[in-house]
Amino acid sequence: MEAEPESVELIRNPKINWGKRILISIVLLWFLLMIIVPLLEIIREACSRGTGIIKASLISPESAHAFWLTLFITFGTVIINTILGTILAIVLAKQKFKGKLFLESLIDLPFAVSPVVAGFMFIILFGPQGWIGSWFSSVNIKIIYAVPGMLIATLFVTLPFVAREVLPVLREFGPEPEEAASILGASQWQTFWKVTLPSIKWGLVYGITLTIARSIGEFGAVLVVSGSIINKTQTATLRIHDQFTDFNYSGAFSAALILAVVSFLLLNIIQHLYKKKGKYVS
Amino acid sequence: MRNDLIRSFKRKEIVPRSLSLFYIGILIILPIAAITSEAFKGGLPNILHQITLPQALYSIRLTFCLAFCLMLINIITGTATAWVLVRYQFPFKNIINSLIDIPFAIPTVVTGMMLVALYGPNSIAGKFFNKHGIEIIFNQPGIILALIFVTFPFVIRSVQPVLLEMEKDMEEAAQTLGASRREIFRRVVLPALLPSILTGAALSFSRALGEFGSIIIVAGNIPFKTQVASVYIYGEIESSNIQSALGTAVVLLLSSFIVLLFLNLMQKWSHKYGS
Repeated sequence: MEAEPESVELIRNPKINWGKRILISIVLLWFLLMIIVPLLEIIREACSRGTGIIKASLISPESAHAFWLTLFITFGTVIINTILGTILAIVLAKQKFKGKLFLESLIDLPFAVSPVVAGFMFIILFGPQGWIGSWFSSVNIKIIYAVPGMLIATLFVTLPFVAREVLPVLREFGPEPEEAASILGASQWQTFWKVTLPSIKWGLVYGITLTIARSIGEFGAVLVVSGSIINKTQTATLRIHDQFTDFNYSGAFSAALILAVVSFLLLNIIQHLYKKKGKYVS
Repeated sequence: MRNDLIRSFKRKEIVPRSLSLFYIGILIILPIAAITSEAFKGGLPNILHQITLPQALYSIRLTFCLAFCLMLINIITGTATAWVLVRYQFPFKNIINSLIDIPFAIPTVVTGMMLVALYGPNSIAGKFFNKHGIEIIFNQPGIILALIFVTFPFVIRSVQPVLLEMEKDMEEAAQTLGASRREIFRRVVLPALLPSILTGAALSFSRALGEFGSIIIVAGNIPFKTQVASVYIYGEIESSNIQSALGTAVVLLLSSFIVLLFLNLMQKWSHKYGS
């Protein structure tokens, strides 16, 4: 429902509606001050330092390494969370078993837990004395303060995205198309590729895009499990934090600007997909 | 024949189900079990001792106070923004509507950097506020500004769809029956919006309790001043005080569970309202 035309409003309230105007102005001002001004400020800040410094600080080997690591972790996270998240959604939508409701209510937990607490949990579980970590350390595989731990932490914080986007689509379509395919002799794989996947396509792509955005930006959980070791376990966000605490502001701001631009592009894709997805889920 | 079919279905189900259990088990259930058992190793008195240490207690209190303030701010501004976006036409409306989600996309560290650039001691605004004795960066106002940015969309995005679906009939009926604008808002609009407002409020409250990245940049780690719970936990882990980190972490974890429970309740409530 859109707002009604001004004329109808005028007939109902013949005098100028000052309350409405004031409310709109307050909302606009609040939005401008809280969101737009800070966004413009980071662009101004990065530009005012000159493109030369920006380039220099970005092609330093440490920064390049940090951006590559972010890319690697994001890639790994997307692959694992897409496959396992889709399987999880299918299991929750199609199967009946004890404890299913409990399992489903756990999916949202990563959104509610502080990233620092999340990282801390993995230190305790995968640290050298942890239940799982002690086994890994006995075969000399390092998880905490190393890349595997950072990947696990990112997997945790982005776990809900794919599963939560795919689940409602699967529920909406119901089991009938797949049952039909299976009765007509399609194998499990054929059913998945030809029937299930096309129906969840847009939900899946939407969930993946959200996963990418969050993986690139994740900081707290990754910081706690990484130890932020330069050239080893430093992602782009950790590098920004490191430079910032070392008073290397031009490096920090130029890297921050790049991340801001990437997230802005992702946001545009997300909103575009949201409209597409909307056509499929009524 | 029939039994064979059922058996083959069962076999097909068992692999994906085990994979799902492994996935949730290793990423969610085991970590929570591990941190809880580690925390309760020394018994409940030990946890109580750890969270009543002056520094821990201050950080927990500060976190809850700030999260509560932020929630009130978001309830008012978020509801007003959703209302204006749904009910009124004005210039730049579409641009604003599409920019509302930007705080979800921007990394929290970048949020912190933006605010430092804007209000830091070397900036124009920062100098102005400093002259009047107000310190924003490395102080509590900075934390509130960071929290407002990162939680901006929650209430708006939860109220907006409900407002869009709400029929104007009831309001018009109330108006015809002689109710004033204020009465219509209080008696007709607000009750219908309440579940969605509370849902958005709970989401922003829980995000504020756990927020870390933007706060550590904007406010640093100053005990008894800007040290919130998540920053305190981080500091204790860094200095290998695992016991005191565990105490505060348990408090945050417990609050996350309570918020999730509350959100489930709200969902049931709004379903009842909808049908």
